[in-house]
Amino acid sequence: MTQNTNDLLLDIQDLHISAFFEDEWYEIVKGINLSLKKGEVLGLIGESGAGKSTIGLAAMGYTRDGCKITKGKVLFDGLDFAQANQKERRALRTVRIAYVAQSAASSFNPAHKIIDQHCEGPIQQGAMKRKEAEANALDLYERLHLPHADTIGFRYPHQVSGGQLQRAMTAMAMACKPDLIIFDEPTTALDVTTQIEVLAAVREVVNEFNCSAIYITHDLAVVAQMAHRIMVLKHGSLVEEAPTREMLSAPKEDYTKSLWSVRTLQSEVRRVTPNEVPVVEVDNIVAGYGNVQILNNVSMKVYKGRTLAVIGESGSGKSTTARVITGLLEPSQGRILFDGQEVASDYRKRHKDDLRKVQMIYQIPDTALNPRQKIKDIIGRPVEFYLGLKGKAKEAHVRELLEMIELDPDKFMMREPRELSGGQKQRIGIARALAAEPELIICDEVTSALDQLVAAGILKLLRRLQDQMGLAYLFITHDVATVRAIADEVVVMRQGNIIEQGLRDDMFTPPHHEYTELLLSSEPEMDPDWLNRVLHERKLDAETSY
Amino acid sequence: MRTYTQQIAKAPLSAQFGLFVICVYVFCALFAPFITPFSETEIIADAYAPADASMWLGADNLGRDMFTRLIYGARNTVGVAFATTVLAFLIGGTIGMLSATVGGWFDQVMSRTVDILMAVPQLIFALLILSVVGTNTVSLIFVIAVLDATRVFRISRATAMNVVTLDFVEAARLRGESKLWIISREILPNISAPLIAEFGLRFCFVFLFISGLSFLGLGIQPPLAEWGGMVRENAVLITFGEYTPLLPAAAVALLTVAVNFVVDWLLHLSSGLKD
Repeated sequence: MTQNTNDLLLDIQDLHISAFFEDEWYEIVKGINLSLKKGEVLGLIGESGAGKSTIGLAAMGYTRDGCKITKGKVLFDGLDFAQANQKERRALRTVRIAYVAQSAASSFNPAHKIIDQHCEGPIQQGAMKRKEAEANALDLYERLHLPHADTIGFRYPHQVSGGQLQRAMTAMAMACKPDLIIFDEPTTALDVTTQIEVLAAVREVVNEFNCSAIYITHDLAVVAQMAHRIMVLKHGSLVEEAPTREMLSAPKEDYTKSLWSVRTLQSEVRRVTPNEVPVVEVDNIVAGYGNVQILNNVSMKVYKGRTLAVIGESGSGKSTTARVITGLLEPSQGRILFDGQEVASDYRKRHKDDLRKVQMIYQIPDTALNPRQKIKDIIGRPVEFYLGLKGKAKEAHVRELLEMIELDPDKFMMREPRELSGGQKQRIGIARALAAEPELIICDEVTSALDQLVAAGILKLLRRLQDQMGLAYLFITHDVATVRAIADEVVVMRQGNIIEQGLRDDMFTPPHHEYTELLLSSEPEMDPDWLNRVLHERKLDAETSY
Repeated sequence: MRTYTQQIAKAPLSAQFGLFVICVYVFCALFAPFITPFSETEIIADAYAPADASMWLGADNLGRDMFTRLIYGARNTVGVAFATTVLAFLIGGTIGMLSATVGGWFDQVMSRTVDILMAVPQLIFALLILSVVGTNTVSLIFVIAVLDATRVFRISRATAMNVVTLDFVEAARLRGESKLWIISREILPNISAPLIAEFGLRFCFVFLFISGLSFLGLGIQPPLAEWGGMVRENAVLITFGEYTPLLPAAAVALLTVAVNFVVDWLLHLSSGLKD
């Protein structure tokens, strides 16, 4: 790492950016100073709306539609972007500055092969000929440890996995050996087991090519592995800036400390007493879509007042299990029991009271609420539908529910979902589930679309409600920290099979099943040496197993 | 939330013009008997009499007042077109949303039926059916509404499909809500913007279609005043350099343009583009 060279690559001075929203200009970046030396990796962290991505784009001399730079300077290697014309700015991109977006799956053009998209930029910029660009792509795929590096580029984006696509996109950014790469949450959409591979590959190549990078994320543990220096942002202003190790060991500001503390939530395990009847039980379920079998002999039980966490990578059958319980997907074999009684496997054939017993909270709060209904109608409908309350009684009940989820009824009753933040929407989703007075609530990745602080608030709320009402939760997640915060029992799933299940504390203490071990060790820790250590250990394991 | 008056005040000039023209037409259609100097079918002069102080636009082929017939034409043409479009939307919209919600064989049967109906050119199909069932106003409305409902079916099914897959619809299904509730409360409010825009566009097509049919003699029957029919009745005058047959044609053109202006604006609003 060549941190000691003193020449400045990127220098942002007193940057102000405003966004146009509903007829008004709002300042979303309020005077940020940022400097980046050659070969340095800077981490930008903060909640959504902190202006991280906006600053990242501004470093390329670009603002999104409806945004403009109102004040300040962006100097890239001495060139002022504000003075430069479109042509000069464009000449820098791809060749000297590159960008890696959050979702590779939606950033690649599905109609072209990966390698064609890799070559497009360099050729258009006149940096390489087609043959050179192809050779360059193959070399980079090799360096980023993509499987079948010599042929993978000739596939279409939908033919490779999300983690591989993210690495292919990093390769694309590396094509011209740029001086600066901006990574905008490159691993947020990935599973932990995939994330670790991408992180390792990215770090290796960044070091090797000696590029500078801005690494944007909301995950502290991730940024700790990647960055030399960290800037914490909130509402477009700087909260704190320090070298990574210093920042992790001694955060100064309260806001930074609160970000740190989120990861340490932990609950007491509540054991199940013998002879207790589970609220919901699935027994030897086999299910699939069409001819593709997704679940193989899955059995699990959820008890009153307890939380069962189902953990696994995407595609492991977690959500499919939830669909079977709710009756959206009919299993080809197996039984579903509510309170010890078998129920119909198709939700259309279930009794209204059985439908009431199981409620869902969804992953993406934006699509979980009807944008054309007011909050009082969204929560009021299940109250009216299941409890038969109307008029004043219904309104009073909705108010009660809003108070339970810690939202002020006077302020929120008449609002529409779009006037709410992500965390507030998720709370409304919880209130809608509560309104049915259910026995089991299925939480499908309810915190994964939220910022850490907000997610912690939701987890605390769910725990409080559970204690008050004796609710059972089936908690689907891929995040080990969430499991630690809320689960009593854990089921580990992989490719439609249950790998291991048991009490959380037993599961989290060794010896583990091999896959559980992989899952647990892939969870990033707040230690800057974590990635090195894990990679080192895995390498040793691989060597000894030969 | 901005009020409608504010929205209209902020609308582009073309949309404001369109709205104004539509208002004038609606006013004419509603209050035709009070505005016009004569009755719709009254013969007051010689055939093709030139304009004078009492007849501003002259007389038609039978000596009826052209101005009076133009105003009544608004009532007949626009009224029938409006009724047809509403009916087409009721039929096509309901079945389209139901297809998206129910899926499976119902969707297959409905979609394929619509494909078959759409495979036959619309004008020829309409001519065929109308000559079988006879050309009165009611059958005219029904035949065109059914044919046009196929287009409405397509758009409402396609837009509803996007909404049906969202989590809040799944939540409503799991709650045990009826199909009627899901369609009317969960889906319809979320696809109303494209449907309203489509309504404007469909209205134009229907309206041109009816005028076209009337010109061919199969639409609204005499002695009722209808713009397409009026063009045909007075077509002879064009050879004498008279502008009279162009007046009902201009009425058709103006309304079509006006409605399209408004639809463009509504589409722009619903697309959420900011410029």
